[in-house]
Amino acid sequence: MPLLEAKHLGIAFGGLRALEDVNFKLEENQIMGLIGPNGAGKTTVFNLLTGVYTPTEGTVELEGKSIVGRKTYDITRNGIARTFQNIRLFKDISVLDNVRIAMNSGMKYSLVSGLLRLPSYWREEREVTDRAMELLDVFGLKNLSGSQARNLPYGQQRKLEIARALACSPKVLLLDEPAAGMNPTETQELMETIKLIRDRFSIAILLIEHDMNFVMGICEHLIVLDYGRIIAEGSADEIRGNPKVITAYLGGE
Amino acid sequence: MKKKRTVFYLLILALVLLLYLVFAQLIDAKVINRYYSGIITMVCINIILAVSLNLATGFLGQLVLGHAGFMSVGAYAAALFTIHSGLPKMVSFPLALVLGGLVAAVFGVLIGVPALRLKGDYLAIITLGFGEIIRVVITNMDFTGGARGLRGIKHLTDFTWVYFVAVLTVAAVFAFIRSRHGRAVISIREDEIAAEASGINTTYYKLLAFIISAFFAGVAGALYAHHIGVLIPSKFDFNYSTEILVMVVLGGMGSITGSIIAAVVLTILPEFLRNFSDYRMVVYSVILICVMLFKPSGLLGQHEFSLVGIWDAVRGKGKRNRADGPAVGGQKGA
Amino acid sequence: MGFLSQVINGLGLGSIYALVALGYSMVYGIVQLINFAHGDIIMVGAYATYVLLVMVGAPLWAAVVGSILFCTLAGIFIERVAYHRLINMNAPRISLLITAIGVSIFLQNLSQLIFKSDGRSVPNMFNFGTVQAGSLQITSAAVINIVTSVVMMAGLQILVGKTKMGKAMRATSEDAEAAKLMGINTNSAIAFTFGVGSALAAVGAVLYCNTYPMITPYMGGLLGLKAFVAAVLGGIGNIPGAMLGGYVMGVAESLTKGYISSSFTDAVVFGILIVVLLVKPDGLLGKNVSEKV
Repeated sequence: MPLLEAKHLGIAFGGLRALEDVNFKLEENQIMGLIGPNGAGKTTVFNLLTGVYTPTEGTVELEGKSIVGRKTYDITRNGIARTFQNIRLFKDISVLDNVRIAMNSGMKYSLVSGLLRLPSYWREEREVTDRAMELLDVFGLKNLSGSQARNLPYGQQRKLEIARALACSPKVLLLDEPAAGMNPTETQELMETIKLIRDRFSIAILLIEHDMNFVMGICEHLIVLDYGRIIAEGSADEIRGNPKVITAYLGGE
Repeated sequence: MKKKRTVFYLLILALVLLLYLVFAQLIDAKVINRYYSGIITMVCINIILAVSLNLATGFLGQLVLGHAGFMSVGAYAAALFTIHSGLPKMVSFPLALVLGGLVAAVFGVLIGVPALRLKGDYLAIITLGFGEIIRVVITNMDFTGGARGLRGIKHLTDFTWVYFVAVLTVAAVFAFIRSRHGRAVISIREDEIAAEASGINTTYYKLLAFIISAFFAGVAGALYAHHIGVLIPSKFDFNYSTEILVMVVLGGMGSITGSIIAAVVLTILPEFLRNFSDYRMVVYSVILICVMLFKPSGLLGQHEFSLVGIWDAVRGKGKRNRADGPAVGGQKGA
Repeated sequence: MGFLSQVINGLGLGSIYALVALGYSMVYGIVQLINFAHGDIIMVGAYATYVLLVMVGAPLWAAVVGSILFCTLAGIFIERVAYHRLINMNAPRISLLITAIGVSIFLQNLSQLIFKSDGRSVPNMFNFGTVQAGSLQITSAAVINIVTSVVMMAGLQILVGKTKMGKAMRATSEDAEAAKLMGINTNSAIAFTFGVGSALAAVGAVLYCNTYPMITPYMGGLLGLKAFVAAVLGGIGNIPGAMLGGYVMGVAESLTKGYISSSFTDAVVFGILIVVLLVKPDGLLGKNVSEKV
């Protein structure tokens, strides 16, 4: 059984069909790429997978169970975490807190425990802080844990967003243009990091990206979207030479 | 680590007690006369109001314009209780305080559930609307004394009560903010969509912050009722809600210490400028506009006055790198 | 008074709400701000009329024109001083709201300082008696209100639809960034919007003075709220919606006064607001613009 599956997924906004008959399977520990020209509907797929939009047709199944109609936070708690195309960090709080917030659903101490500072509060806070620092360390952000997220350079902000998503302990990680705005060195570093977290945390990753080197270098499987439909899928080599894909990106001759 | 923490807490407790004793003695010895002790009482009540509003408006980030409504509900509930309960005052008063808070909290749920579904502007209007509706309803009911007001409330509020309830409120809100629940609330202010995507049940936490905010407003109302002895519904109008809002905005939306300082200043100053009371609302409105134009984060922004920070500065240490433990990092936290 | 008379008088009242609601809608459409202070512009207009008519003794036409001019300038001035900076630096919504509240309170209390809180009465301006048509009894005020509002509405449609500035306003409402890139002076468009909205409010104020002779510094509060509810009811940001909402509010108020009791009108107003916001926040004609994720 695939970890995450989209079956005939589609959504229409009024008269506009943004996505139609989208099918794919994401297996455990797989890194899959979702590519396509701008406006193809890639982020819309993410929004459907995370409950931001409700599909008008088709279903999304996580570990065999449909998650259609569930609220976003519920889906996150059940194992799908994401980053955003335009970086949505909690800007005016610390790097550490950005990560700790995402760990909230795993914490159990009650409101009363928190107010009275009972032992469970101290214990769980310490655990969460330790785990958060570990996670930040993976992304090289440990030294910046006290800084305000707003003050981080762009590349670090992107990494922080990924760290935050990971803090949700997901089974599936959706990355929306994680390498956007990064220079080649940073991109290479990111590729290593993503492979590392896939191995270390045993998660499946679906990512949207325009940087072809990045995509080809890291994705085991690719789906190509154009005008809301899947026009091709396969391995990096298969996609590279696919004429339909080339046409979609470059326009017809 | 644990020892340091205990020492630190004891230190704070000592300071709180010291402050209390100083003022209590001065009041007992009549050095501080009735007039001034009345002002101090109002300062404490306004601290409770400002800090509780800050929770909803500063930390949760939702503009609440009907805070006085929650206060009035708590005030009337508490007053009616002590008037009619027949219990001895040592029992009925603390119960009345809790009752005032709970009744206000219930209203917080009633108003919050529909209101929090809406976005910022509409939420503000609806809270304004509910505040006004509460006032109109109270004015038109008999058992609340109607427009003439509720009289004959015993003066059970004294400095001890008001001081320690204020301390409790501040401690509670402080503790809340620096807990996982508080962080969840703050994340909603920062970016609601990202908060949802991070597993935060935003509806739940919005309501939680709203209810706690209303609770303490109700407690403040209960204290107020037993301080003044008379409750007039027109007192709890949009103007009063605005005064509290000015305290929060001026002090810094997101700073508890800021709210405390602003509450102190904005309670004491109008007393000394009584001759200019006609100009008060004009001045307040100008303050609001100026703060928004020039320093939208308010005087203290999101910083807290921190004993840890002072201690470090005195010992010559630099700023601590990260939040040592469960503080909300990025601020100088206690 | 018969049902139809109630309705028509309600339309007359609603015309005032409609004119003010237009201002709310237009401003919200262009800068996504609920201009709390807009209701108080009516008060400014009313007092301007009063000052010109009673204290200065100007002729009627001068008072009306002067009042409209004064309000237009006031609206633009407020935008420049209080809102402009915050709009341009993309300040969080809560900041703009707080500023708007500040302006509203400022206007109300300044007016109270100057004119004291007891009401002033404005002499009757356009009174042609009550029109009788069969069993219908319609006040002349109602007729004037309705006609004026329809004319203003038509004028506004032409302004927004056919002029260059109108196009600029519409473009800025759609997408301010794109408009700027197209060379549109969005600042002018915004200032113009505030000006027009305030001018319409001034017209509403004049009509109000004609309908209700008593003005107070706080009259803008409830009146503004009713007009705001009208704007929301019609779909905020939507110009025909504002008109529609205004008329509906006016008729609702008139019928409530006639068939239930006048002390309930305020409750009905709030009630309508709450129901609309909870059931259909986009209003009758509005469109839902949700945040892009």
